[in-house]
Amino acid sequence: MEELLNDNVLLWTIALVVLTFGIYIGVAIWARAGSTKEFYVAGGGVHPFVNGMATAADWMSAASFISMAGIISFLGYDGSVYLMGWTGGYVLLALLLAPYLRKFGKFTVPDFIGDRYYSDTARTIALVCALVISFTYVAGQMRGVGVVFSRFLRVNIEVGVVIGMAVVFFYAVLGGMKGITYTQVAQYCVLIFAFMVPAFFISFQMTGNFIPQVGFGAQLNDGSEMFLLERLDGLLAELGFAAYQDGVKSRVDIFFITAALMVGTAGLPHVIVRFFTVPRVKDARISGGWALVLIAILYTTAPAISVFARTNLIQTVSNKSEADMPDWYGKWKETKLIQFEDKNGDGLIQYYNDKNEKFVKEVAEPNGWKGNELIVDKDIMVLANPEIANLPNWVIALVAAGGLASALSTAAGLLLVISTSISHDLIKKQLKPDISDKGELLWARGAAAVAIFIAGYFGINPPGFVAEVVAFAFGLAAASFFPAIILGIFYKRMNTQGAVAGMIAGILFTFGYIIYFKFIVAPEVNVPANWLFEISPEGIGTLGMLINIIVSLVVCHLTPPPPQDVQDLVESIRFPRGAGEASDH
Amino acid sequence: MSTQEENMKAYWKMNLLYLSVLLSIWFIVSYGCGILFLDTLNEYTLGGFKLGFWFAQQGSIYVFVVLIFVYVYLMNKLDQKFDVDEK
Repeated sequence: MEELLNDNVLLWTIALVVLTFGIYIGVAIWARAGSTKEFYVAGGGVHPFVNGMATAADWMSAASFISMAGIISFLGYDGSVYLMGWTGGYVLLALLLAPYLRKFGKFTVPDFIGDRYYSDTARTIALVCALVISFTYVAGQMRGVGVVFSRFLRVNIEVGVVIGMAVVFFYAVLGGMKGITYTQVAQYCVLIFAFMVPAFFISFQMTGNFIPQVGFGAQLNDGSEMFLLERLDGLLAELGFAAYQDGVKSRVDIFFITAALMVGTAGLPHVIVRFFTVPRVKDARISGGWALVLIAILYTTAPAISVFARTNLIQTVSNKSEADMPDWYGKWKETKLIQFEDKNGDGLIQYYNDKNEKFVKEVAEPNGWKGNELIVDKDIMVLANPEIANLPNWVIALVAAGGLASALSTAAGLLLVISTSISHDLIKKQLKPDISDKGELLWARGAAAVAIFIAGYFGINPPGFVAEVVAFAFGLAAASFFPAIILGIFYKRMNTQGAVAGMIAGILFTFGYIIYFKFIVAPEVNVPANWLFEISPEGIGTLGMLINIIVSLVVCHLTPPPPQDVQDLVESIRFPRGAGEASDH
Repeated sequence: MSTQEENMKAYWKMNLLYLSVLLSIWFIVSYGCGILFLDTLNEYTLGGFKLGFWFAQQGSIYVFVVLIFVYVYLMNKLDQKFDVDEK
């Protein structure tokens, strides 16, 4: 206990986590939902900027906050797929989807698909896709909550997940979309503050410029007058790695992955539903803009952190004695995020690219190096970054609060999609159309509660394939929802037969391709030479989308056009006037 | 065809025109500058950045933000001009 009290970082972390959780719960009590309309779309009266903040928190998950900068720091240019892919989708959302779906004025994505294609089959396909995508995603978030708890507060992952479940349970079940919206605003503030403060500090330390977006393209302030990126490229070359600013992956694959992530983002149901919460079509458009501004703050800072962290890491560990490592090294080694094996027994840490045969032959072997000795987990680049840069304890503690905010906000948004899909799209629209508003609300709360327990279970016992199926969530959204919605708005002639055939073709193709390469064949077979047109399973959703569109168009022209009232519906969603608040009728 | 219908057609046509111009820019800055023409652009530098790399990790995102606000501005004006805006 005494040791705990002396641990300043731990005290700061506990204080910040308790404080932020208190705020979330306070907001939730203030914003309780009293009707299905408040539960599903926060009453439809959310200010566009507030919705933008909530969308940004909804969208930026534990992966964006904790993992992305680390992934990019190891991938260099190839990591750009995440930066462009996860922001470019908002242009599609704000220009092609949000205003029209807002005018349509219902509660969910399956609602739109079901009504536009006047078919319960189409509605059911959309419903199943929404559930699969959301469950896939939410398991990862709960896991993220557990990991942050275990690393920063030294409790078991299980305990961490249960605490996270309890907090989300409180505001999602009680407050529905209304509670979620306003807690997400608070969570956005926490996560962006936690992400930016270390970035400002480190940027200033390394380059003398406070703005990280400028700093990582600036000169080092160590008197060398060398650009930071030049220094990093030099360090990487010395260790046999590829230059940071040139890619390794094929351009075709980069293209397809970026497209799959963009289109997938625009098709994710928990992001789309956020645009149902604003009062007018006009607000839906601008709200997409605010969301992207707020997301871009993090997404343009992340690549800067990647460069700072990779440079700092190499300069700290490369060819140094393990005995001389700073405190953070030992701490993170305990959590196994850093692993060191002294293969040649010289007591020094040799960190280099042992896959580069030329480098191994010409540099490593003559020096007596017997393989890369250091394994660094990608998450450490953000989690340990403040410590690596020697920042004050309260900054280190902030990262924990920010990581939790990002995971909880995304988990809540996903849980809402799951509960709405069950209570609204399944119970109300298909099984019990005459259910009362009170009864439907009860179902929504019940479904949210059950979903939290399932998500918590997967958080504690993660299936080994969580990382693999994230690609699947985007691929599925890209190959199913996106084309069906776009064609539904921009192509009046599109009918049920076309849309259903297209969605099924897109899903089967994408699903089959990912399953085949990720689960059926051995990892050695999952290489560019065996892929279709050099497209990796991560990027195949783009091809799935194209297949969906082609099949939709062909089948649509072999079958009769949609009825007049559906064509009138399409006509009406194209013009903003007359958009009432999102409703049931 | 009534004037009302013709008006609506003209409105929709303008909307599609805006969309095609803005989405072309969207495609050029990301898929063009950041991916397809990466090597050519990387021969130029912007401060410490290679230009293509800068587009892929910074520039494209800034342009995305601007595109949305330009679209909002254009559509709000168009809605008023054709009298289809929300009152």
